[in-house]
Amino acid sequence: MAMMAPFLKFGAFGEPASLVVAFIIGISFGFWLERAGFGSARKLVSQFYLNDLAVFKVMFTAIVTAMLGVTYLSWAGWLDLSLVYLVPTYLAPQVVGGLVLGVGFVVGGYCPGTSMAAVATGRLDGLAYVAGILAGTLAFAEAFPWVKGFYNVGPLGAVTIPGSTGLPYGVVVFAVVLMALGGFYGASLLERRFAASAGESR
Amino acid sequence: MKDRQPYMNPYLAGIGLGLTMLAAFVLVGRGLGASGAFSAALAWVLGGVAPEHARSNEFFAGYIGDGTHSPLMSWLPFEVLGMLVGAFISGLLARRVEVTTEKGPHVSVGTRLGMAFAGGGLMAFGAALARGCTSGQALTGGALLNLGSWAFMLMVFAGAYAVAYFVRWQWR
Repeated sequence: MAMMAPFLKFGAFGEPASLVVAFIIGISFGFWLERAGFGSARKLVSQFYLNDLAVFKVMFTAIVTAMLGVTYLSWAGWLDLSLVYLVPTYLAPQVVGGLVLGVGFVVGGYCPGTSMAAVATGRLDGLAYVAGILAGTLAFAEAFPWVKGFYNVGPLGAVTIPGSTGLPYGVVVFAVVLMALGGFYGASLLERRFAASAGESR
Repeated sequence: MKDRQPYMNPYLAGIGLGLTMLAAFVLVGRGLGASGAFSAALAWVLGGVAPEHARSNEFFAGYIGDGTHSPLMSWLPFEVLGMLVGAFISGLLARRVEVTTEKGPHVSVGTRLGMAFAGGGLMAFGAALARGCTSGQALTGGALLNLGSWAFMLMVFAGAYAVAYFVRWQWR
C-alpha cells in the first residue's frame, strides 16, 4: 500500500519530530507572508480602503491552492481527510469573534500571523500589536468565567460546508474556485477605481 | 545602499502560502495558526509565576493540561518561532528589514503605537472567542471548507470594512 497521509497520524514520525516540522512550516509561512508585503500594516489595511486588494488575493489564492490539493489527494486515496483537524464550529461566538477581530485588524493594522512578519522586519507598531495580543488574551482568560456561556453556545462539532448542507464536496470546491476567480476580477476593477485615492495617503 | 525590492505578485505569494498549508495538512494533519501560540506562551509564563492561578483558570488550564509537558512544546509555538525566522529571511533578501513605525505623516508615533496595541487587544479577544484567528480559522478552515471558519472569515471582512473609515486618519 502507498504511504498514507497525514504522515504523523500514520506513524511516519513522532510528536518530537512534528515540532521540527512545525518550525520548518513556520519558516515557509513567515517567508511567504513577508514576500507578499504582509509585514507592513499600510499594505494590509489598503485592503479596507480598496486601493490594494492583495490581502484578498493572497488569502483566496492560498485557500484555493490548499483546497484543490487536499481534494485531489483525498480523492486519489492518499490523504485521509477525516484525520485532518477541523476547529469545531460554534456559529454565534465565531460570528461575534470574527467581527471583533476584523475591527482589531483595521484599528491595529495586523492580525496575529502578520504581526510576526512585522516584528521580524523591525516594525515597532508590530511589536505594540503583539503587546496588545498578550493583553487581550489575558483579558479574555480572566473574563472566561463570564464569557464561557457564550463561548460554548451552539456546538455543531467538526463540520464542513458540504457536511452541513448535503452538497457534494466537489460542487462546493468548484463554487469556491468560481467565487475566488470572480473575486480576483472584481478586485482588479476596484483597484483601478480606487487607485487615485492611494496617492494621497503616501 | 540599494532600495527595497517591490513585493511579490500576490497570486504567486498565495500559491506559496497555499502549498505551505497543504504540506502541513499532509505531514501532520493540521493547518497553520498564530493566535494560539500567544495563549500557550501566556499559559507558560503564568504557570511559572502564578501556578495556582493559572491552573484555576479554565482557559489557561486547557493549555497547561496535566502539567507533564510545557505548553510551549507544541505545534503552534514552534510554528510561530519559525515564522519570525522565515519573515526575517524574506525581509533581508528584499532589503525590507528596518526599525521603523508604520504610520501616516500626520500621526505621532505614540498614537500609532497606541492604536496598534488597542487593535492587538481587540483581535486577541475576538480570536479567543472564535477559537482561531486569520491563520487558524480563515486560511486553514477556509481551505478545509470548515463551516464555522467561513462564517468567521466573512465577519472579519464585515467588521474591518465597517470601521475602516473611522480609523483612516492613522494613514493620512
